[in-house]
Amino acid sequence: MIAARDVAEDTDSTGAENVATVLSVEALGISVRTEAGLQPLVSDMGFALRRGETLAIAGESGSGKSITALAIMGLLPAPAVRVTGGRIRLGETDLTTLGERALQTVRGNRIAMIFQEPMTSLNPVMTIGTQLIEAIEAHDPLPRVEARTRAIAALQAVRLSEPERRLGQYPDELSGGMRQRVMIAMAIALRPDVLIADEPTTALDVTVQREVLDLLRRLQRDLGTAIILITHDMGVVAEMADRVLILRDGRIVEEAPVARLFESPRAAYTRELLNAVPRIGSGAVQTARARPTGMPVARVQDLSVAFDLRGGIFGRVTHRVHAVEGVSFEIHPGETFALVGESGSGKSTIARALVGLVPFSGSVEIAGQRLGAGRHALRAVRRAAQLIFQDPKAALDPRMRVGDLVAEPLVIHGIGTPAERRGRVANLFERVGLAPADADRFPHEFSGGQRQRICIARALALEPRLIIADESVSALDVSVQARVLDLLRGLKDDFGVAYLFISHDMAVVENIADRVAVMYLGQIVETGSRDQIFRDPRHSYTRRLIEAVPIPDPTHVRQPVDRPPSEIPSPVRRIGDPPNRRSLISVGHGHLVAE
Amino acid sequence: MAAFLARRLVQSALILLGVSFVTFVLLYALPADPVRQIAGRSATAETVENIRRELGLDRPFIVQYARYLGGLLQGDLGRSYLQKTEVAELIAARLPATLLLMLGAIIAELAIGLTMGIIAALRRGTATDTSLMVASFVGVSAPQFVVGLLLLYVFAVQLQWFPIGGYGTLAHLVLPALTLGILGAGWYSRMMRSSMIDVLRQDYIRTARAKGLARRRIVLRHALPNAILPIIAMIGIDIGIFMGGIVVVESVFGWPGIGQLAWQAIQRVDIPIIMGVTLVSAFAIVLGNLLADLVTPFIDPRIRIR
Repeated sequence: MIAARDVAEDTDSTGAENVATVLSVEALGISVRTEAGLQPLVSDMGFALRRGETLAIAGESGSGKSITALAIMGLLPAPAVRVTGGRIRLGETDLTTLGERALQTVRGNRIAMIFQEPMTSLNPVMTIGTQLIEAIEAHDPLPRVEARTRAIAALQAVRLSEPERRLGQYPDELSGGMRQRVMIAMAIALRPDVLIADEPTTALDVTVQREVLDLLRRLQRDLGTAIILITHDMGVVAEMADRVLILRDGRIVEEAPVARLFESPRAAYTRELLNAVPRIGSGAVQTARARPTGMPVARVQDLSVAFDLRGGIFGRVTHRVHAVEGVSFEIHPGETFALVGESGSGKSTIARALVGLVPFSGSVEIAGQRLGAGRHALRAVRRAAQLIFQDPKAALDPRMRVGDLVAEPLVIHGIGTPAERRGRVANLFERVGLAPADADRFPHEFSGGQRQRICIARALALEPRLIIADESVSALDVSVQARVLDLLRGLKDDFGVAYLFISHDMAVVENIADRVAVMYLGQIVETGSRDQIFRDPRHSYTRRLIEAVPIPDPTHVRQPVDRPPSEIPSPVRRIGDPPNRRSLISVGHGHLVAE
Repeated sequence: MAAFLARRLVQSALILLGVSFVTFVLLYALPADPVRQIAGRSATAETVENIRRELGLDRPFIVQYARYLGGLLQGDLGRSYLQKTEVAELIAARLPATLLLMLGAIIAELAIGLTMGIIAALRRGTATDTSLMVASFVGVSAPQFVVGLLLLYVFAVQLQWFPIGGYGTLAHLVLPALTLGILGAGWYSRMMRSSMIDVLRQDYIRTARAKGLARRRIVLRHALPNAILPIIAMIGIDIGIFMGGIVVVESVFGWPGIGQLAWQAIQRVDIPIIMGVTLVSAFAIVLGNLLADLVTPFIDPRIRIR
């Protein structure tokens, strides 16, 4: 095995033909046992993975990507889900025939896996060092000192700063990007033949995603590991893959080299999938509106939100989290105003401040009502502005019929008789593309996209002037996302509502926004029309954000950015040491940039 | 850390003040008359009144409470009405026995409860799981005097493995500690089972499996410390539950602790002793919770004491 590995390191040709196959999956079937008998999750799955190549398995949720990966690892949630047929061959061994003990010698050693959720994938009560070293020692009975040296080397390989200090740290002391680096270090420490990366960057901010993708590519070049990359993001596929497998409902729809797939997709589903992908730089579906005049729907001036941290004997406030710091903007009727930024930049806090859910300083005026001017104004604001959240499942009470959920805002504000409300609910259901008869069903009977439509109907019930959509399409599959975006766009014209559209996804923002504000550490660093921001970004952070977005085009050549991993500085500051306010300077036509 | 301790000490003092007040009110409102108990049935009305005056029991409630509190602040728990001894001395003489019993009970309930919970979680849905949970249910619902008598009958009378009662050797401790611990073991096995099942579903357990770790290590090193966290907070509360059980268990096994003292005092309406035992128990509960809070950060690095 050692010899094989040495050969692998010398091979740098990725995806070349007639290279040895490391892993092959043949006619694999996986089923789940339900009350209605065995239900197939994956059928007739087959592919060969060659040394040093990256095979992307792409598809929407429920397509069987992750289940296939877990089957290869022997980690299917037994006894409910199990392999019902076919073979998974690693060299000469058929993994489906191995028992738990034999599988333990394969896992982490010859096939390693990294997962989507870096925040929860590390044990919170064990140090990074312990977790890394035990992974090495599980397969290689080295003296502790040597295992430690190997662990440090692995952390260096994933470019984590101060690797020796990291060994003594706990996961909660590291950011999401750093944790994913630790996961990768753990996976490559034993130089596995195969690395399975299951949505490795989906939970990460776009600039961090960029760094992790670059890292994976570099490691593959250095170590010659074959990678199975599972993703829903066609941009990531285009950038990383040599070959692509498109999955739908547990079956392979299309298999092709990456360039061919994007150039001339053969299966209708692949075309559909590629068309649904929002592309940055492709402009919007419709031209941005000219800046409207008249009374703005929302006027936010010098908005700041700070959360107190207490300490000391008397529990006095010693530190403050400056979540939002001196933010001003206006939203006009019929306009879509987007807030973009990475996690922790204060976007969602602004949304909550706008409907009076967090205490703030500064001035917020919605539909002519000033927040903070008493209960009456608060009630009026909460009628004029409605929220749609990221996770529709969590936003709908599972014990209420969806019709009642949509009617609830009308009940709360005392509008209409029960019969009138029913009529209104039926109208709303039709308007968001659901059947009025669906009103009697419960939230769990709907798909994710349908649930988000229900949330949109609920938000529209009060005929608001402003809808605040907080990452409302982020959790949806691309094809569903495209349809929900279409719906939002149509509703804007029909109802004359304005949107505050909050998103981390630059491509989606470019697709839907009229005007954009880029947030960083609680402040706006650049704002302007969509074209100003995307065609002519002036602030370095805006440029970084745009450049970091993976482009769904394999012919696009990206300059590898070789800079040390960045961490967004902390918004927690001592009392009496407020952050520097950036002042915005106009560069013409309403385009403002921080100094 | 120092700030945390200081804050908790102030809180503790307030809790004890509250407990002393509530108990004092309850005992004052009690229809039983302590003076009758002291004077005996044949005493004349004059004798009764004399004793009442002597003990200060003829004074208004507020004055009585103020006097008690004044003594308390100087570390004086008062004198027993009947035994004419300092309450502090009575309690001090019996406290070590009770603490020993509680320690034994904690060890028993953790050893039995956690083991049962872990096994049930690992064998979830099997017959083992079901039988363990039935057993834990019995443990939770069986009255302590019944458990105590049953253990006595089987292990002391029939098998003669352990002495029937008394105090002195480790063998004396086993049955009372078990009796006291079985209730907690029932609770802990259920909590541990659900906590463990929850932890085994976490992403980091999947990571541990993906690393190729052996099952033993995954359970003991990865799952157990996480699963035990919610249990630790419970141990602090447990000491309070023990206090109730101690009165029963010490009586059944003739264990010379403060439970027995309290039982005798309640029968004779010996208010200073009842007050003293109550305050000591409350103090133990407060201390137990404080200890639980201090131990948690050693297991969970995310919790920092501020």
